[in-house]
Amino acid sequence: MRHILSILVENEAGALSRVAGLFSARGYNIETLTVAPTEDTTMSRMTIVTTGSDEVVEQITKQLNKLVDVVKVVDLSEGKHIERELMLVKVRAAGKDREEMKRTADIFRGRIIDVTDKSYTIELTGTTEKLDAFLEALDRAAILETVRTGVSGIGRGEWVLKV
Amino acid sequence: MELKLPPNVESGETLTGAEIVIRCLQEEGVEHVFGYPGGAVLFIYDAIFKQKAVKHVLVRHEQGALHAADGYARATGKCGVALVTSGPGVTNAVTGICTAFMDSIPMVVLTGQVSTRAIGEDAFQECDTVGITRPTVKHNFLVKDVNELATTIKKAFHIATTGRPGPVVVDIPKDVSMQAARFHYPEKVSLRSYAPVTRGHGGQIKKALQLLLEARRPMVYVGGGAILGEASAEVTELVRLLGYPVTNTLMGLGSYPANDKQFVGMLGMHGTWEANHAMQTCDVLLAVGARFDDRVIGDPKHFAAGNPTRKIIHIDVDPSSISKRVRVDVPIVGGVKEVLHDLIAQVKAAPQRPDPAALAAWWAQITEWRAKDCLKYNRKSELIKPQFVIEKLYEVTKGDAYITSDVGQHQMWAAQFYRFDKPRRWINSGGLGTMGVGLPYAMGVKMAFPDAEVACVTGEASIQMCIQELSTCKQYHLPVKIVNLNNRYMGMVRQWQEFFHGNRYAESYMDALPDFVKLAEAYGHVGMKIEKPGDVEGALKEAFAMKDRLVFLDFITDQTENVFPMVPGGKGISEMILSEEL
Repeated sequence: MRHILSILVENEAGALSRVAGLFSARGYNIETLTVAPTEDTTMSRMTIVTTGSDEVVEQITKQLNKLVDVVKVVDLSEGKHIERELMLVKVRAAGKDREEMKRTADIFRGRIIDVTDKSYTIELTGTTEKLDAFLEALDRAAILETVRTGVSGIGRGEWVLKV
Repeated sequence: MELKLPPNVESGETLTGAEIVIRCLQEEGVEHVFGYPGGAVLFIYDAIFKQKAVKHVLVRHEQGALHAADGYARATGKCGVALVTSGPGVTNAVTGICTAFMDSIPMVVLTGQVSTRAIGEDAFQECDTVGITRPTVKHNFLVKDVNELATTIKKAFHIATTGRPGPVVVDIPKDVSMQAARFHYPEKVSLRSYAPVTRGHGGQIKKALQLLLEARRPMVYVGGGAILGEASAEVTELVRLLGYPVTNTLMGLGSYPANDKQFVGMLGMHGTWEANHAMQTCDVLLAVGARFDDRVIGDPKHFAAGNPTRKIIHIDVDPSSISKRVRVDVPIVGGVKEVLHDLIAQVKAAPQRPDPAALAAWWAQITEWRAKDCLKYNRKSELIKPQFVIEKLYEVTKGDAYITSDVGQHQMWAAQFYRFDKPRRWINSGGLGTMGVGLPYAMGVKMAFPDAEVACVTGEASIQMCIQELSTCKQYHLPVKIVNLNNRYMGMVRQWQEFFHGNRYAESYMDALPDFVKLAEAYGHVGMKIEKPGDVEGALKEAFAMKDRLVFLDFITDQTENVFPMVPGGKGISEMILSEEL
């Protein structure tokens, strides 16, 4: 099953490699990983999307908690949460396809953020499924380049992840 | 330019980084540092030279330094300290660091590093120490600012010795050891991201109590955590209070007196018939500071499926040890000593007592398993049986020696036949299974307890992996006794090849062995070669009578002897192969 782990780590050199190293050393999956400092610059927040049985994810959580640099770990998928991913797609947009490309981007609420006479660069935010669906909707040959941030997640309601 | 200092160090005296390192060790009460000098740690060695409180023990290879510090820690319960240089000093140390990590031994490892400005330039003797050691330490640090050195070392000792202990590496660039800073050693440190639990959850302890008192076929399974957590007295009190059978893992030996009638022997791959069957058949299992590893319970599926109604209580300081290989019913996270203390109080206060009839029937079953006499070996052999040597070693040392071992058959025989009644007397590499630890372990133990008898049980293959430390033993007058069970084979490899690889003894024969007697003499020690069973006891007595000499006893043993019982790899704990003697 897919799980979204939110992790607060000390903003120390090497904290990312400790987390990433744990996943590779113990054979756990990482589907996506995002990390950036929080409003408290002594800490960074990571979001890791992983898959595994309940037992495996329980072990992942325990092993993460054991790392000295890890301050807190929460499995967002245990409760209501919101997840978003950002994607930038450079597509071929010339001739008769140019208008159609713009329409498709509009349907997915994408924004065109860069233009040449032959291409568009489209910015799209949403869940992983939505981003996948947008790529599906495009003609594969029209896609020149894609870059995705991986999932960021946050709990719904007033619950907050803090120290 | 004004020297900028964090507020808490303004009062201290100004010292160099190297001096700060030594002062920190003094503040921690460290008496011995095991190490080997080199370019990146020259300033630290210079600081060692100028003082007397911290004694440095010069080994002959960095691996020996780590194992010696590790052995010192295992025997004393204190934090072991090692000091090595950058690059090859560190890479040589990695085996020792990992050995300590796998058995949760508290150690602080100080490593030299090239100067901060040279880091990343592939400088001479540079390696990414923090990167290389990361998966084999509890934590590690690279100190880039001399003002953070003292606090970092304090953190290192704190992390190494609390919670589930483990090695911590502090990597110190050469320029940091040279620069000056005000010295202030914090009395304590607190880390928001690190707060090990000590007291167990009251509700969980109540649940455990209920299960224990209602058990009809109870079993207590105690691992190395009880030794690391100084909980032997509590383990013994609880087990005697309840009257239940108890087994120890390889790492737990000595946590419960092996001569006691409630002790059913070691369990696991080479555990006793009675311990393994009781483990598989019990209805309530109390696991204390143990981790259900593959060498202990074998195949976890067989363990679970063979007895689906068994209830398991698991006490451990590390939450990640719980339900890792075996699903448990009542997890209790906390220090084993604290949790057992609370549990004992509740057992005493509870009006209920275990069902005497059920317990008597269970003991009758265990007695029947015991009658199998699964450790039996041929006592009429004209060749020296390795088990016989260990039995005689036990008698000659009156069961009161510190026994270190290397890894292989001799290790298992020592564990089976030397009956440990006290904790911290059995020093061996259980988790990583590192050949070569035995001699440096013995050095570390002898350094800690100069008046105690220390014997290293080893084999002709293992001993050669750190044989150079015979020289260290000479330099520091460490009169340990080396009991070499010489069967001219890597015995455990040969045993597996005999059982599982059609008797094809690929590369497991030790050809061109040295003359160990001459070798011992070359290093300035005493060597003895023993070839007849009748000479075993006399040789041991003679060796232990030489109080101030290291004696290398080369016992020429039966080449074909195997360790029994044996659970083949991947099999269930009760699927044992027994000796043909039975």
